[in-house]
Amino acid sequence: MENMVNIFLFGKKYEVPDNLTIMRAMEYAGYQLVRGCGCRNGFCGACATIYRIKGDRELKSCLACQTKVEDNMYIATLPFFPLVKQVYDIEKVKPTEQIMMQLYPEIYACIGCNACTKSCTQELNVMQYIAYAQRGEYEKCAEESFDCVMCGVCSARCPAGISHPQVAMLARRLNGKYLAPKCDHLEDRVREINDGTFKELIEDLMQKPIDQIKELYNTREIEK
Amino acid sequence: MYPERLTKSIQAVEAAREKNIAYEPARMTAQQKEELLKAYHPDYKVEEFEELKIGQNKGQKVPKELCAILQAHSRIKADDVDLTKPDYDVDVLIIGGGGAGSSAAIEAHQAGADVMIVTKLRIGDANTMMAEGGIQAADKPNDSPATHFVDAFGGGHFAAKRELLSKLVCDAPEAIQWLSELGVEFDKDADGNMITTHGGGTSRKRMHAAKDYSGAEIMRTLRDEVLNRNIPVVDFTAAIELIKDDKGQIAGAVLMNMETKELLVARAKTVIIATGGAGRMHYQGFPTSNHYGATADGLVLGYRAGAQLLYAETLQYHPTGAAYPEQIFGALVTEKVRSLGAKLVNANGEVFMHPLETRDVAAASIIRECNDRNNGVETGSGLGVWLDTPMIEKIGGEGTIEKRIPAMMRMFGKYGIDIRKEPIIVYPTLHYQNGGLDITPDGMTTNVKNLYVAGEAVGGIHGRNRLMGNSLLDIIVFGRGAGKSAAAQCKNVTLGKLNLDHVAEFEKEIDKAGIKTDLVSPKLLPDYTNKK
Ligand SMILES: Cc1cc2nc3c(=O)[nH]c(=O)nc-3n(C[C@H](O)[C@H](O)[C@H](O)COP(=O)(O)OP(=O)(O)OC[C@H]3O[C@@H](n4cnc5c(N)ncnc54)[C@H](O)[C@@H]3O)c2cc1C
Ligand code: SF4
Ligand code: SF4
Ligand code: FES
Repeated sequence: MENMVNIFLFGKKYEVPDNLTIMRAMEYAGYQLVRGCGCRNGFCGACATIYRIKGDRELKSCLACQTKVEDNMYIATLPFFPLVKQVYDIEKVKPTEQIMMQLYPEIYACIGCNACTKSCTQELNVMQYIAYAQRGEYEKCAEESFDCVMCGVCSARCPAGISHPQVAMLARRLNGKYLAPKCDHLEDRVREINDGTFKELIEDLMQKPIDQIKELYNTREIEK
Repeated sequence: MYPERLTKSIQAVEAAREKNIAYEPARMTAQQKEELLKAYHPDYKVEEFEELKIGQNKGQKVPKELCAILQAHSRIKADDVDLTKPDYDVDVLIIGGGGAGSSAAIEAHQAGADVMIVTKLRIGDANTMMAEGGIQAADKPNDSPATHFVDAFGGGHFAAKRELLSKLVCDAPEAIQWLSELGVEFDKDADGNMITTHGGGTSRKRMHAAKDYSGAEIMRTLRDEVLNRNIPVVDFTAAIELIKDDKGQIAGAVLMNMETKELLVARAKTVIIATGGAGRMHYQGFPTSNHYGATADGLVLGYRAGAQLLYAETLQYHPTGAAYPEQIFGALVTEKVRSLGAKLVNANGEVFMHPLETRDVAAASIIRECNDRNNGVETGSGLGVWLDTPMIEKIGGEGTIEKRIPAMMRMFGKYGIDIRKEPIIVYPTLHYQNGGLDITPDGMTTNVKNLYVAGEAVGGIHGRNRLMGNSLLDIIVFGRGAGKSAAAQCKNVTLGKLNLDHVAEFEKEIDKAGIKTDLVSPKLLPDYTNKK
């Protein structure tokens, strides 16, 4: 037997089974979702949602596809939040402090209230990654923000008007492109391919009768 | 938190853990695999397939559910739209804002074309965002594109179109380089060497990853780049029909606003279908790992316009979908869990197969273990087998799970299961569309001029089964390729008068073949509302 709970979708009451996620509960109640539903599995950040449990003062935030309903839950989805995304040319920017000052100067207006961290649906230390960004420590910012799904909930709470996920996105690209160590074996291989090093091997495979390739495949040596 | 009735089974798994870690199960022989697949793989269940009565692949069998939408009615009639007054007019129209579509857009833009993306949900709400495991490329000294070719060709049952596969493997290292230069953060050691692992069916460790957010890291970077280039992205807008001109070449698409249902016309010199997969078709009632919009729309659009399908009858059931808890039923448990050392174990604590067989073989083997040998774990809503994740910490050292597969840890952690200490329960889930529209190496469909396809909507790159890590690779390689080719091609195109004659033609064929159906397609989204 299913246990039923009462939830309030945008203020209206519905009775739903208690083992559903908020997303499934909305569908159970009859909503055909278009907005606010992407991957259905915690990766895309489309389903940011705020809720309050009756009698509780705190307004909580979550991903609707990742959170179970509770009795007396007041739910409102936040399927779009107008973030600021600055455009830049990744080839021309430099991984220095200047770039943040130029593109996202508002991060320096952070008042340290920690509302972003408290609201993060991925339990990230958002205030900390903004602090790293302020100091131009992009590698640390990248690491700290890595699991960000860019849902925008933190930005909805920020009194300084910071678009945290976009700041982190920039930091990660700067880190990936400019700060992470270069990969020699990758560059070597690209060069070898362009030089035609594997041309004959590949051409041979293109012609080889299926039986011979099968033989190759079935007897191939597998790296331990 | 597992219910009490599973305690005995968990204890059996724990008791055998040390022994199971040391035990190296034999890999199956070619013949054993073939017999296993025939008996247990869903692709071999004849009654689940139906013959197409119309279109380029007439006479061939495809999954019943796919057959129904391929032979369904159009959502529109010719006079619902005014093709002489297009709302958009571009060189390259890209349908689908996943990894393939975004790569294509960046390259087409780089080549100077006027490009636009339309996408059903938001850009990045796509299967690409969900890929966890990684992306293959033969860039290590002990590896070569030829070795990669043999692995993929064998894994796909020797059915891949070789000219597509050779492009895939030869362009792979450059694809990784391109992504790195866009700022994608691959896992590297202190000297910059890529940290690579095996995937099912690989003979070399060539799986590159960005923790277990590989697809997300690639997708968000591509999306950021699309936005930096100011490439127009029309979101919450689906392509519902292709448009041709009086010369019979592709000339654009009819679009529909997903919220207001308003119809719009996009005129384009070239069109790239990058609509991804079909998990939300729930073939044979399987749960799926796919995003909300994976409903095979591209196949429907292309098929109606006269394009040909290749291997549309082959689907990939990922062996390890989450089978417990209910809330994440069908969600993917990345293959990397097995790459890192976790083995598949039955209800009695016995390892019943080599953990890194190809996906189809692994899925069939789990189905056999549960449904035939009765060694499955009863979850309360079905059967599954254990995937013994704590082995990873024993093999790789404490902290390996948090470092290498944080998304997995989080997904189960939310439901009170600590995968560092407790094993998880898995069962196959509908994961990937192996087949799709038939293309030549430049990405154009074999028989509809100026219609390109890239990504999961393509058939033939992998053959009848795809190895982990080769799909993220193909969306980059063939996405970029299609973008470049379409941008070059549009310089040679002069469009004639636009029409939807092929749609009317198709309706006639439906009628002639005696197909009776109320269905309209493309499906666009599944309907999960509770019908009372
Ligand atoms: C959970 C999961 C894990 C995976 N892990 C890996 C992995 O580790 N390694 C690997 O190589 N591969 C992996 N794959 C496979 C791989 O991620 C996908 O095959 C690949 O990303 C598909 O890319 P795509 O661009 O073709 O499609 P998608 O990324 O799905 O993009 C398609 C886009 O088109 C849109 N669309 C669909 N229909 C229409 C329409 N009618 N009009 C407009 N827009 C439309 C969709 O909404 C979507 O935005 C995984 C897949 C899943 C689901
Ligand atoms: S940091 Fe902000 S945008 Fe990123 S996951 Fe947390 S709440 Fe969402
Ligand atoms: S919410 Fe804004 S102001 Fe407050 S700590 Fe976070 S970034 Fe700073
Ligand atoms: S739908 Fe993607 S995170 Fe919830």
